[in-house]
Amino acid sequence: MDAVTSAPARIILICSGKGGVGKTTLTANLGIALARLGERTVVLDADFGLRNLDLLLGLENRIVYTAQEVLAETCRLDQALVKHKQEPNLALLPAGNPRMLEWLTPEDMQRIVAMVAERADFVLIDCPAGIEDGFKNAAAAAREAIVITTPEVSAVRDADRVIGLLNTRGVTPVQLVLNRVRPRMMASQEMLGVDDVTDILALPLVGLVVEDEQVIVSTNRGEPLTLNGNGSPAAKAYQNIARRLRGEDIPVEDPSKARKGLRARLMNKIRKTTGLF
Amino acid sequence: MTLFDFLQRLLGRQKPSGTMAKERLQLVLAHDRSDLNPELLEQMRREILEVVQRYVEIDIEEGDVSLETEDRVTALVANLPIKRARPLPALVAAAAAVGMAQAPDPEAPQELALPLACEPAEDPSPADPD
Ligand SMILES: Nc1ncnc2c1ncn2[C@@H]1O[C@H](COP(=O)(O)OP(=O)(O)O)[C@@H](O)[C@H]1O
Ligand SMILES: [Mg+2]
Repeated sequence: MDAVTSAPARIILICSGKGGVGKTTLTANLGIALARLGERTVVLDADFGLRNLDLLLGLENRIVYTAQEVLAETCRLDQALVKHKQEPNLALLPAGNPRMLEWLTPEDMQRIVAMVAERADFVLIDCPAGIEDGFKNAAAAAREAIVITTPEVSAVRDADRVIGLLNTRGVTPVQLVLNRVRPRMMASQEMLGVDDVTDILALPLVGLVVEDEQVIVSTNRGEPLTLNGNGSPAAKAYQNIARRLRGEDIPVEDPSKARKGLRARLMNKIRKTTGLF
Repeated sequence: MTLFDFLQRLLGRQKPSGTMAKERLQLVLAHDRSDLNPELLEQMRREILEVVQRYVEIDIEEGDVSLETEDRVTALVANLPIKRARPLPALVAAAAAVGMAQAPDPEAPQELALPLACEPAEDPSPADPD
């Protein structure tokens, strides 16, 4: 673990508006990746209604206390934090009972995040879908945000709503992750392109994750892709997002353009060797 | 992409769906961001055209008033091809209609529309051939 630093923790909300676009998967993978880079990281499950972060991290059987008991002061924070076995720099603060939604306030979220932030370099908040109270509570506690979307009209529209709300709340910076990209469909323009989405949402792109079967396999196992140095495309993408968040300058490559480039190079070669067209 | 879709695109009959997605999104987001629903926008469009028409002859079919958005800033953009300016008496009437000048005397409407009778038939001109 890093020596004690005085820099305040980065408190990042992972949100999307629409459900099922990859918030929890990103939170789990980014949490592991940041921890691997030596950052003391806490992931906080703010999706009290449909908690899943524990499952994706494989920590579901080790939960004793949750955010609920911490807020009620029936346990200490360190009793509720579940440390990851293979990656001790990472801890999970589990979501409490879904009935928490009935009484939780933005101030409660701010209080608990402030407690967590005291002992972390990065706090990642896994936000619930929607733009109602669950989102508002989570957003109240965040300093910056990552909006994740897929290249689909409904997801992009919902992301736009969320970005508007984050802007009015003064959450900054807000960065974009484009998930489940299918390079071939993008190249044939049967899917919104990377530039299309960044133009429309007018956010800097902090990462691009392709559609990858390994995501499902890793979810089944409860072992995020970033845990085993798995060389799958999604694993690399999550690792790159972690490094960019720490300020490393790694360009985001558009895989649909890389394909075009390859084809163009091939055509050039054929043209040169055959002397045709 | 099915073979049929491919042929449609080859023949230029159909845009790729990604392009359609972008266009549809830009439109719907302009509305989302401005909180103007299509009905209100249509009403505003009609009223704007009405006002502009009092001063210049415009091609109603070509007239386009829409919301456009770039970098999260939404603008109301009107593109109204002008055929020609209205003759002066019509302008006076238009101004009067919006209360900018004295209203024309209802007893003598002919006077106003007398000299220039080149308006299209459906123009609500008060001129009387008698
Ligand atoms: N890059 C990806 N490739 C393939 N499947 C993905 C990818 N990202 C997410 N998924 C899948 O999409 C589903 C929803 O992901 P999840 O992270 O639970 O979304 P959210 O938290 O936004 O509701 C899961 O089944 C997950 O495995
Ligand atoms: Mg989730």
